[in-house]
Parts: sequence; structure tokens; C-alpha cells
Amino acid sequence: MITTTEYAPAAAVPVTTAHTNGSHGASSVPARVVMRIEDVRKNYQMGETVVRALDGVSMSVRSGELLSIMGPSGSGKSTLMAIIGCLDSPTTGRYWLDGDYVENMNENQLAAMRGRKLGFVFQQFNLLSRTPALENVMLPLTYAGVRGKEKKDRAMHALELVGLADRSHHRPNELSGGQQQRVAIARALVNDPAILLADEPTGALDSRTGKEIMELFLNLHQTRGLTLCLVTHDPKVGALTPRVVRLVDGLIVEDGA
Amino acid sequence: MNLQDNIQVALRALAANKLRSALTMLGIIIGVASVVALIALGNGATAAITAQIEGIGTNLVTVFPGRFDKGGPQGRLQTVLFYDDYLAIANVSGVRSMTPIFQSLTTFNYEAETSAVQLEAALPSYEIVRNAELDRGRFFNASDNAGRSRVVVIGYKLSTDLFGAIDPMGRSLKIDGVMFEVIGVLKKKGGGGFGGGGDDGAIIPLETAYTRLFGGKAVSQGRRVVSSVSFAAATADEVEPLIVRLERIMRRQHGLSLTDKMDFTVFSQNAFLDAFTIITATLSAFLGAIAGISLLVGGIGIMNIMLVSVTERTKEIGLRKAVGARPRTILIQFLIETVVLCMVGGLVGVGLGWGVAAGVRALDLVKAEVTPGSVALAFSFAAFVGLFFGIYPASRAARLSPIEALRFE
Repeated sequence: MITTTEYAPAAAVPVTTAHTNGSHGASSVPARVVMRIEDVRKNYQMGETVVRALDGVSMSVRSGELLSIMGPSGSGKSTLMAIIGCLDSPTTGRYWLDGDYVENMNENQLAAMRGRKLGFVFQQFNLLSRTPALENVMLPLTYAGVRGKEKKDRAMHALELVGLADRSHHRPNELSGGQQQRVAIARALVNDPAILLADEPTGALDSRTGKEIMELFLNLHQTRGLTLCLVTHDPKVGALTPRVVRLVDGLIVEDGA
Repeated sequence: MNLQDNIQVALRALAANKLRSALTMLGIIIGVASVVALIALGNGATAAITAQIEGIGTNLVTVFPGRFDKGGPQGRLQTVLFYDDYLAIANVSGVRSMTPIFQSLTTFNYEAETSAVQLEAALPSYEIVRNAELDRGRFFNASDNAGRSRVVVIGYKLSTDLFGAIDPMGRSLKIDGVMFEVIGVLKKKGGGGFGGGGDDGAIIPLETAYTRLFGGKAVSQGRRVVSSVSFAAATADEVEPLIVRLERIMRRQHGLSLTDKMDFTVFSQNAFLDAFTIITATLSAFLGAIAGISLLVGGIGIMNIMLVSVTERTKEIGLRKAVGARPRTILIQFLIETVVLCMVGGLVGVGLGWGVAAGVRALDLVKAEVTPGSVALAFSFAAFVGLFFGIYPASRAARLSPIEALRFE
């Protein structure tokens, strides 16, 4: 049983600057591995037939890396993201996240992993309506047991990082799509995640706003050493990342630059 | 996630759907209001009737013929009290005053007005035994009784029924065709009263009744009959010993051994009060239970709405789980939402119930009393309903798979 205080992040400052050597290939010393999966399989029962969404996938991500997982729809990229994000469990396979072995964790421990080591950005933003931006950003801290001034300060800092400090009291319906996605990014950053997962982050935005969001991601990666994994079918997004993992029919067919 | 956060989240969710929240609460509001109002009405009625019984006198002990027990060999029992029985117990100790009473349903006539009246015939000591207070005139005295005077003391309501605005003092009326003169009117007591002597009753001297009015009606086996014998015990502490003494004398009088079943009943007003209290308490409990059922129905409505709410907010639940909410945290969030809904409904319901009770009181129907106990009962029941009916929707929300919840459209 993990208590709320146990999974409060050790670092009080969001997005540490400890990963300055993280830019891909910039360092002679290899950065440590923050995520590793080995031979992960995921089967779904669809009536009579078994659908193999993932059919033996192995990969790892180092701290400070920027990569995209690409593939056509039905290739298994969403399933892979769900498993990396501790939102779903693989049928078989091994998974380590930031030094913890994720397999066999119970619901509470998985919730703690999501709250402490992962950040999510979704296509549809998934902000709480009628809730001011600052409170949306504070949500992961609330569940992690951070309280009072520290909670507010960290959320405010995360909003500054995405350039929305002056919109902290606006509700989602008072913000543009791009601004809403920035709030969502601030929410994903606030717990200083080991890895940030972004599922089609520009999918619901027009191309100009989408480009701005990608620039924000790249900037956060370069200046703060953010480990960022984009899941997309958009080649324009994939072209911006040094590493591309390509999935077809539940298998990795390409992993590299 | 502390309680304050949770309550804030709950209030925001409820405010998001104001009309729906209000309609959902309506069930609880009506339930709580009816619990509070019905218990208040029950208490009011009980208080009114208790006051009336106490008005007759709590030191009152009455000997009745027959047995009120269920079953028993009825045929063998003597089911009347004779005047001889009264004479046998007349000298019992510990008594302030006493009177035999013969009671019968009679017809009163005054000019064109007719009224059916439960007439009591008694000794002048009736006035003391029953705490009879006079509005006007006087009670009959020993010489009225000895002289078999045709005089009558009538209840307050009977007076207005028969005479209207006319002063009945000194006027003549007919009881079963026999002329009587009204010499007194009793004070208004309210209600029907118990054991006669109420606002619509009348009292005449016992001798007059035997010799001039009832004749053969008041005689059995050649002996005079009485309906009951009433005693006013000297003090409240004398009530119990008096009952024991009366039973002993009556057993001897009727030739019963200690093992024989009694063919008479000695009843104190206190016992009557106790029995009545049980009846009214049962009645109040019934009213409360019926109101409770409406609370239950309201609770089912709440569960229904919360299930809809969980489905509607599946995506929100998925998001909360994605950012670290544990199943129990989600459970508590939805549970608090339901309980807040019920408690707010409970508060409004208490106010409404209090209003209904106040309205009834203002209309002078029943002196409805809202007790803190009934408010606490209704309110805590509402909270319990919230917890009970909130558990299922909340646990559904808590068990949702995060990825399926996030993908829910």
C-alpha cells in the first residue's frame, strides 16, 4: 500500500535541470535509461478472435531523449503508449520505469507511478471544465499530496514554462485550443515526470497552432532536458524528432533517426 | 486529496448541473420534510391527548366490571358491577374521594334541538374525583341526590349544541323524555374526553337516575348496577397500594380465591396514560416509517442520477486516474458528492418540514412540535441514504479502467 505522502515527488522544483546532458547524441556519457520494455505483448479478445495489438515489442528510452512513436491506425501505437503510461497492463512482458519494475503492481501503485513519474498530453486536452487553469495544473499535485503554497507555486511555475502565467484564473472555455493544450502541457510538467507522453498533441489544432505547440515541446526538451515521447501518425511531427519508432501490426519495424 | 478539496470538487460538480441537482434533491427534500412534519404532528397530537388525560386526574383509580385481558373463559365471569360491590369497597383507605358511576347513552331534547349524550349518573363527590370545574352555576349536592332532584350539569359543548347563545342556566331540557333542570355548565376541556365527563357529556345525581330515569335499565338480577367506581387516591404514591387493596376487597366480595381469574378490572389513570403513550409512540413510528419510505425512494432517485453522472463523466474519471488518482480517491470523491447532495437536500427538507409544522400550528389544528431529535433523525437518515445509495455509483467510477475511461466518447 502506497500512501499519498510516499509518492510525493522528492524534488520540490518542477522540471529539474539535472538532465542537461540529455540532448540526443550531445554527450559522450550515455544518459541513464528511464524506461525499458522487453517482449511486451497485448492481446484483446474480440468475440471469437484474439487480436494481437502488440506482438513482442522491446524498446528503451534514455533520460532527456526526444522520440516519436509512429504508425498507421491499428498498428498498436496507442496500446504501446497506454502500457508505457501505466494506463493499461500488458498480457505478457517486462516493464521498468525509472528504476521500478512495473509488472505486478496493483491499482494503487500504478496510480502512484502515473502521478509521480509520468506526464500525459492528450489530443483533446482533457482539462476539467469550469475549473481555472491553475487548478487544472495543480490536479496531479493534489493527488500526490502536495499542499498549500508549495502546490500553488509549482503549478504557477509550470504555467510560466508554457507562457500562460497571465491566464492562470481563466477557465478552459475562456481559452483558445492552443492555450488549452499549453495548460495540459503545464499539467503534465508539474510533477517533474521521468517521461512525458503526448498522444497526437497537435491533432485537434490548426496547423499554425500545432506548430507553436511543437515549438514549445522542442524548447522544453532543449532547455530543460525533458524526456518526451510523441505518439503520432503525422509525418510532419515525426520529422521533428531525432528518433522515430515505427510500428506496423504490433511490431517495431524501424527504430532510429 | 483532503476533505476540503473533495467537498469543493463535489460542490463544483453539483453546480455544473443545477437543475438536475435540484430535481434529484427534491426526493430527499420531500422525504426529510415529511419525516420532520409527521413526527411533529404525532408529537403534537400525543401532547394534546396526554394533557387531556392528565386533566381528568392522574390519581384516578377506576374499578370496571369484566376483564380487558384477551381470551379467558368469558362466559363464567360476572360482567357487571353491583351497587353492593360499590358499598363493599366504599370504605377502602387511602382515598380522597370516590363515586360510583352509572353511564348510559341518552337523548337530550331542548325545544327543536336533539343530541345523543353519554350521560353519567354519580354522587356529588364526582366533582372532586374528576376535577370537574364549572363554567357557570353549581354542581349538584347531597340533598339534590337524596331528594332525587331532576337536575343536570352539562358539558360546555353540549350547552352550545343545545342552547346556542341562550344561557342554559335554570332552563329545562328532556333526557329520554324526562324533564331536568340545568344547574351548571362545565368548563371547556377540549376534545371528547375519556370515560365521560367531556365537553359533550352530562352528569346527574345517581339516586335521581335510579329512581326517575333508568328504572329497569339499571337493575340486574334484582340488584342495582353501576358501570364503574372511580376513586381519587389521597396522593400519587397511594395509587398502587389502593389498586392492591381494591383488588383484595373485590376478590373477597366476589368469592374469588387468589388463583381465580379476576372478573373485574382496577385501572389507574397512570396505567391508561402508559398504555396510551405506547399507542401514540407506535403511531408516530408508523408515520415516521411511511415518511422514511419516501426518503428511500428519493435515495433510489439519487443513485440513478449518480450512475448517469458517472457515465457522463467517464472521461473526467479517466483523466483523474491518469494524473494519479487512486481508485479509493475516486470512490470518496463521488461518495462525497452524493452525501453533499443528500445533506443539502436534508437541510432544505428540515426547513420545509418545520414550515409545514408551523403552518399547522398557525391554523390551530394540532400543536405540532418539531423536536431536535426528529431533525437529527431525518438529517442523519438523509446522510445515510446518500452514503448507501452513493456507494454503488462511486465504486463503479472507482473501478473504471483508466485507458477505457480516457477513450470513452
